[in-house]
Formats: sequence, structure tokens, C-alpha cells
Amino acid sequence: MNTTRRLAAAGIAMTLLTGAAACGSKDEAASGGSGGDVTIGIVELNLSNPFFGTLEKATEAAATAKGWKVMKAEAKVPGDSATQVTAIENMIARNVKAIVLDPANPTALVDVVKKARDKGILVVTVNATLTPIDAADATFATDNTNAGKLIGQWAKGTVTSNPRIAMLDFDLSDGPAGGRHNGFLEGYGIAEGAPEIAGSALTKGTVETGQSAMENLLSAHSDINLVYTINEPVAHGAYTAMKNKGVESKVTTVSVDGACSGVQDVKDGIIGATAMQFPSKMGEMAVAAAAEYIANGTKPKSGLTDSGTVLITDKPVAGLESQTSEWGLQNCWGEK
Amino acid sequence: MTTVLQARGLTKHYGHVVAMDNTDFDLRAGEILAVIGDNGAGKSTLIKALTGAVIPDSGTISLKGEEVHFRDALDARKAGIETVYQELGVAPALDITQNLYLGREQRRKGFLGTVFRKLDKPAMRRGSARQMADLGIRVQSIRQKVETLSGGQRQAVAVARVAAWATSVVIMDEPTAALGVRETNQVLGLIERVRENGLPVVLISHNMPNVFQVADRIHIHRLGRRIALVDPNSTTMEEAVAVMTGAKSPESLGGRA
Amino acid sequence: MTDTKPADAALLEQGEDRGGPVRAFVSSQVAGPLAALVLAVLVFSLTTSTFLNAGNLSLIATQSVVVGTLALGQTLIILTAGIDLANGAIMVMAAVVIGKLATDGNALWALVAGLVVCLVLGGLNGVLISRFSLPPFIVTLGVLSVLTAAARLYTDSQSYPISSDLLTILNDGPSIGGVDITYGVMLWIGLTAVLGYALTQTAWGVRVYAVGDNRAAAALTGIKVKRVLLSVYLTAAVVYAFAAWQALGRTPTADPSGYGTANLDSITAVVIGGTSLFGGRGGVVGTFIGALIVTVLANGLTQAGIDSLYQQVATGVLVVIAVAVDHFVRTRQTR
Ligand SMILES: Nc1ncnc2c1ncn2[C@@H]1O[C@H](COP(=O)(O)OP(=O)(O)O)[C@@H](O)[C@H]1O
Ligand SMILES: [Mg+2]
Repeated sequence: MNTTRRLAAAGIAMTLLTGAAACGSKDEAASGGSGGDVTIGIVELNLSNPFFGTLEKATEAAATAKGWKVMKAEAKVPGDSATQVTAIENMIARNVKAIVLDPANPTALVDVVKKARDKGILVVTVNATLTPIDAADATFATDNTNAGKLIGQWAKGTVTSNPRIAMLDFDLSDGPAGGRHNGFLEGYGIAEGAPEIAGSALTKGTVETGQSAMENLLSAHSDINLVYTINEPVAHGAYTAMKNKGVESKVTTVSVDGACSGVQDVKDGIIGATAMQFPSKMGEMAVAAAAEYIANGTKPKSGLTDSGTVLITDKPVAGLESQTSEWGLQNCWGEK
Repeated sequence: MTTVLQARGLTKHYGHVVAMDNTDFDLRAGEILAVIGDNGAGKSTLIKALTGAVIPDSGTISLKGEEVHFRDALDARKAGIETVYQELGVAPALDITQNLYLGREQRRKGFLGTVFRKLDKPAMRRGSARQMADLGIRVQSIRQKVETLSGGQRQAVAVARVAAWATSVVIMDEPTAALGVRETNQVLGLIERVRENGLPVVLISHNMPNVFQVADRIHIHRLGRRIALVDPNSTTMEEAVAVMTGAKSPESLGGRA
Repeated sequence: MTDTKPADAALLEQGEDRGGPVRAFVSSQVAGPLAALVLAVLVFSLTTSTFLNAGNLSLIATQSVVVGTLALGQTLIILTAGIDLANGAIMVMAAVVIGKLATDGNALWALVAGLVVCLVLGGLNGVLISRFSLPPFIVTLGVLSVLTAAARLYTDSQSYPISSDLLTILNDGPSIGGVDITYGVMLWIGLTAVLGYALTQTAWGVRVYAVGDNRAAAALTGIKVKRVLLSVYLTAAVVYAFAAWQALGRTPTADPSGYGTANLDSITAVVIGGTSLFGGRGGVVGTFIGALIVTVLANGLTQAGIDSLYQQVATGVLVVIAVAVDHFVRTRQTR
């Protein structure tokens, strides 16, 4: 094998790799911190989920509207806190004024966030909280427990006799996933391990893993009539499983997200009710807090500020506030 | 006695290094010709020139009286020259039959072979069993994977493959270098069996007792050329080594062949 | 060995393989995985009331087809001592291309485009690995990263619902005695049979094993090693295109964020199926069983109400056992 050819090929491979790495952490700041230029950092989860893309875009748009520069980084896979730690270290080195963080893990980022705050950088989290919650200056997020509670209450009012529940979860160590799960049980008025729960399974938050999990549960418990899902792609996959088994008309599905595709599924009767989140609002609230801090040093109120949750359903339950799928399609996030 | 493979005036330069310096080579039908020489004498380069792996700068090679110009190892193989390399040239996870037919698999006759590319396993098993028996190689079954064989048996499989496909010459570059005494003797016996079956063998070896045990003639190589071609029955091992290392002049030898 | 008694050709050919056919099967690559599969099925049949029935067993087959088909391609590559970390990403890329093109076009042409996508990407891997002798791990890792991003950029992270009958046909199939056998399962079995034939009954197959077993020896016998490698990556690419079609049939959504761990899942199936990561040993039938084992564990443990994390534990333990067995086989036989 001729050496120059090998080198050329190695070069191609390296370019592919570094190109891929560049996709993982885009850096659009020319220089940070000097001469009145304001740079803020945005650290997101992996963008394969459009929710995080919507959140990142809204945050970035609000920041650039203020004339700020933006440094961005994203986790490569769910739970990838290591990439986020590195990104925050780089942002500290670049003297950003504030960091908007969507933490991949509630505890793994606490140390690096403290380092940033010790340097006088405002760190607010969006979408999820750190543990303890005051490890960050403030959090703007969906109150996921409340979101779970809303769909739990709706389910209680809809599936009234002989509930047989399937829980399609995402890794429960993930803050939002745990909150929704617990909120649903609370809203439905049952405890963990209650006999009404026919079975539960872990998904990866995607359509095909939702489908396989539902197939397995249906195979064991053909009487399932209520399905809690961690998000709308999982609900969509679960519906495919029910349809293949011909039980879709007997089962009610609840979910959380409020993506336009999910709201469409509510409209089409695939999902009974979903709790809509407002990612753009989270980003805007975070940027407003940063602006206040940069202008006059005022820190936002510590703790969780709810960016709001709205129950979307076309079968309202008496005494439970909700909006129709028509309204939902006007206010949803992601591609319509 | 006819000459099967002959070379005249082969020369090969690698920059300033002269790997072959106007060397000659002669191999007769039905003989085992040993090629000996110090490290770096140019033995491997000579063998590579004869098997098409190296193209000489000048000189001629003829096979059975006809001049040949090998462009690569495949050309030489097509002309019936097969080589066993020092590194074990077998695939351990494949069985003996698969190894013997590797790269030359036989397909079924008819549309099973032409359309479905189906191997003719029974025919190949028959062929390899016959070949192993002809050479007296004792294994339990030709369906045994080569990895279940001892080092000597594996080298025997490599020799059997070469002997099976060679139609004019078998060349072996240090075939016993990695083997123990008993296994070396087995392979030497095998080399004699190949000669009995009618193929001339070129054996490159460092091991003088081995060479004197099986060779019909000895080609002594030094500084890129053949300096002597001797008969082992009229030359001693000490004399051969002395000539090979330059301690003694080749003219002083009695048993020139 | 070379003593004066000539060996008996007829006896050699008969191949008195120590202990006859039973012993031969026990020591074959398929026996271990098959035993593990039977054991898992037995355990779940005894511990749950819902596992052992025709409906659930056909579900297990249906659930195995996507990763199972990917794993067939992966097997070819691992047999050459390679590895393909990009196979899931290639399949997803093909699936979203098919989904996007079919949304406003002809489903058949979309399917053909998916095949072309697979061939181009598999060919890229194959050329870099065979022609330029680059390590498969690095090449496919790079292609994986690029494709993961490319699929997102191409789709803007949206998924495409699939409605075409042609694209979802693999989820259909006849009902035999009340048990649904999907065309996807039939296709998976068919591909296993065709590849099994190619690997064991043709010269190409012998050469694939030889290249993975001892590349230098294969080259010395005149096998065109680079050509064999390229043919393996291209054949695997065709198999990945079938996997993309399987994925669209199973989940009628072309989802760019789906199948994120399908590459590792396919490697798991190959390893549990008894194919050696060092190349030259194993086969597609083992992989077929390996894919079933992984699905049986997920299905059975979910039905038994055991925390899903134990599925990963069980699968991991099987992988370690499979690798240990392979190591034992190789060191015991390499004297
Ligand atoms: N490809 C090559 N490039 C440069 N020098 C070479 C090459 N092959 C052989 N030589 C040189 O030619 C000489 C003869 O080498 P070789 O034929 O391998 O000798 P032997 O096999 O007798 O030990 C040595 O000096 C060696 O370094
Ligand atoms: Mg040499």
C-alpha cells in the first residue's frame, strides 16, 4: 500500500471525525467578555429530540435579539453529562456572563456549575433541575410533576372502571422522567406498585422502543386499558402495538410534551390527553433573567419557576381545565 | 538429466545494495536442490525472482527450456511453480480440505455450479484425502480444522497444498524454521515424498544437517551470487559452511556438482 | 505422520470425526446459542403464564427482525475480523430518505433510493477499509458520527409517518392457525438462509472465512483480499437496506432519532450467536439465534415484571460468556 494514499485516506477519516466533533459543539463566539461584548453560553441535551432544538433556538434567538454573542454546546447522547462539563469549563475560560444549561444529569454538573458561579457567572437551568435545586441560580422548567398530575387526573376521570395501567417510562433517574411518573401516580391517586398497575417497561423515549415495550406488556396483560407514556413518540409507538393487536379502541393513552405531532395524535384520537410544555417560553424566561443580571446584577428568584403546562384533550373531564387539540395546534412546538 | 528451471545472469539492485549480482541458478528434474547462504546473501531475492514476486533488473529465466517473464506471483503459479512461505500459510479455522483448495475451489457441474455457485465439497474431500494419503500425511480426518493439528502437521498441510497444485517446481523458503526436531523430520520426509512423486524441490534452509540429509545438490549463495554448486556426498558440512562464509574459496572444494 | 505406512484415503475422507454427528453438533458454533435460547424459553415458560403461547412467540420473532437483519450484515463484516459501528445509522439514513421521498413521491422509487443510500455508504466504508487499509473500527465510527448528524440535518429532526402499503408490507402476513407470521419474519429467515448458503456452500464464503482467519495466508494463496473485503461491505449494505424496509414495516414512522443503539445491539446478537470478534469463526444461523435470545430476554423479563435494567444485565452477562467461550475455543485449539 502506497504511503501517500494511506495518509490521504487517514486525512479523510480525521476530517470526518473532527467534522463530527464540530457538530457536537458549535462555537459561534468570536471572543468573549471584552470591551462590553456580552457572550452567554447555551448548553443543551442532544438535539435528536426536537424539544431540545426548539428550546435551544428560542434561547439563542432571545439572546441575539439583545445583541449578545452565543456559545453553544450539546450533549451527544441522552445522559451525556461529560460533554456538558467540558463545555461549561470552556465557557468559564471564555468569560461568558451567563450560562443557560439543560442538565443531562441532576448531580454530575453540580461541581462545574459551582465553579462557574464562583467566577460570577449566572447559571440558570432550563427544562430540568439540578440536585439540590439551588445549585443553580434559578430554574425555568415545566413542573413535570404537575404535568404528570394533570394527565393522571384526566385519566382518573376518563377510565373509571377496572383500570389496568401500563407505565412506559424513561430512565427514572432522569429528573423530568421521574417527575412525570410520580405526578401521574399522584394524579391518579395510586401508589407505586399499586395493583392497578399491570406492568411497566423502560423505553428510550423513541417510537420503536415504545412499540416493543407495549407489545411485551400487552402480550402478558391483554386487559390493559390505560397507558401512561413518558412522551409522545413513545405513545405513538405504543399505539402501533395496540393497533397490531386490534385493541386500540379499548385503550386510553396519556402522554406529556405538546409537540405538534403529538397534538395531531390527540386530534386523531391516538392519544387521549397530553400535557403541553412550552420550551420557547423556558428559553425566553432564562434570557430575561440573564439580561436583568447583566444590566444591574440582580439575580432571579431561586428555585423552580414553572414555564407552564396545559392539558390538551378533545374529551374534557369536568372540573379539570383543558384546551382542545385545535388550540394545541396553534400553540404547539416543533414542525407542524 | 533435464534442467527444469534455469536462470542466467540475474541482477537486482535496491539503491546501492546489490541483492543479486549476476547469479545463475539450475534445478534438475526430480531433485531436491538446497540453497544455503548467510543472512543477507540474497537467497530470498533469488527465490522471489524465480517465483515472480521480484522482477530482476537483468538476466533470463527459463522453465523447461523456454524463456519466461513472470510479471507477478500469479504468473509463476500459472506456470506450475508453487511456494511454501516461512510464515505458516494456512488458515487455522478452516478445515484441511478448505485449506488445500483455498483460492482454487471447485464448483459443481451444471447449473448448481454456474447459477448457484455451489461448491463440489465431495469432490474436494476426495481430492484432498487422496493428496494427503499420497504424501503419507497422517491426520484423523481431512474434515479436521487445521487449528486442531500440531505445528508439523500444519506445515505438512501447507506442503501438501503446494505439492497438489505445482506442476513443475515446488519451492520452500525455510519450511522447518519454526518446528521442533521431530516435526522437522516429518516435514523432511514429506519433502522426499514430493520428490518421489516426481516434482523437483528447491529447499532454502539454514540447517546444515537437514540440508545434508535430504539434498541431492547444494547451491551455495554468497554476496548475491551462486559461488558453488556441490554434491553433498563428496563435500563435508564444514567445507560447505566455510565456503558459504567466505573462509574457504570455492575452487578448493572437491565435490563440485 | 510421514512414517512409511501410507494413510488410507478412504478413511481420511470418511472423516471419523471423533464421536460422530452428535459430538460434531455439540462442538459446533450453533449449539451453545441454541442451548441458551432453549434455556431462556424454558425459564420464562415456567415462571410466567403468558410467555409460552403462539401469539407471544410470533411477537418475539416480529420484534427481532430489524436488529436481527442488521446483525446478518454485521456477521459478514465481523467474520472478516472487521466491525461496523455505522450499520444502525446507515439503516436510519436509508429509512428517512425512503420516508421523505415517499411522502411526496413513488414508494417503489423511494425504496430503490434507500438501497442506493445503503450501497453508497457501505461502499464508502468498504473502500476506506479495503483499498486504504484503514481500521474498520475508526472508519465506521467516523461514518456513524457523520450520519447521525446528517440524518438530523436532512430531516430537521422530524419523523415521517409512513402510509404506503409497499413500505409497510413487511408487517403484514398470513395467519397460520391463528398465529401471524409477518412477511418481515419470512424475509429475515430467507436472508439468513441465502447468506448461510453463500457462506458455507460457495467459494466466496470460504474466502470470507479465510480472509478473517488469516489474511496473510489468504493473500499468499492468491485470494484477492481487498476485493473480498469490498464485496462483504457491499453485501452487508444490501442487507441493511432490507433492515430499513423491515424498520418501516414494523414501526410505520421514519424516525431520525430511532435505533440509536442498533449498532451495538447487532454486535451483541452476533457475539451471543457465537461468531468470534477476531474473525474467521461463526455464521449467520448463530446470529439469527443470538438476535432471538436478546428479544426473548426483553420480552420475558418484561412479562415477568422484572425491572428492565435487568434485561441489560442479563444481556451483558451473555455477551461476556460468549466472548469467554470464544477465547477458550481459540486458545485450546491453537497449540
Ligand atoms: N525490498 C528490498 N529493498 C531493499 N533492499 C532489499 C530488499 N530486499 C532485499 N534487500 C537487500 O538485499 C540483500 C539480500 O537480501 P535477501 O535476499 O533477503 O537475503 P537472504 O534471504 O539471503 O537473507 C540484503 O542486503 C537485503 O537488505
Ligand atoms: Mg531470506
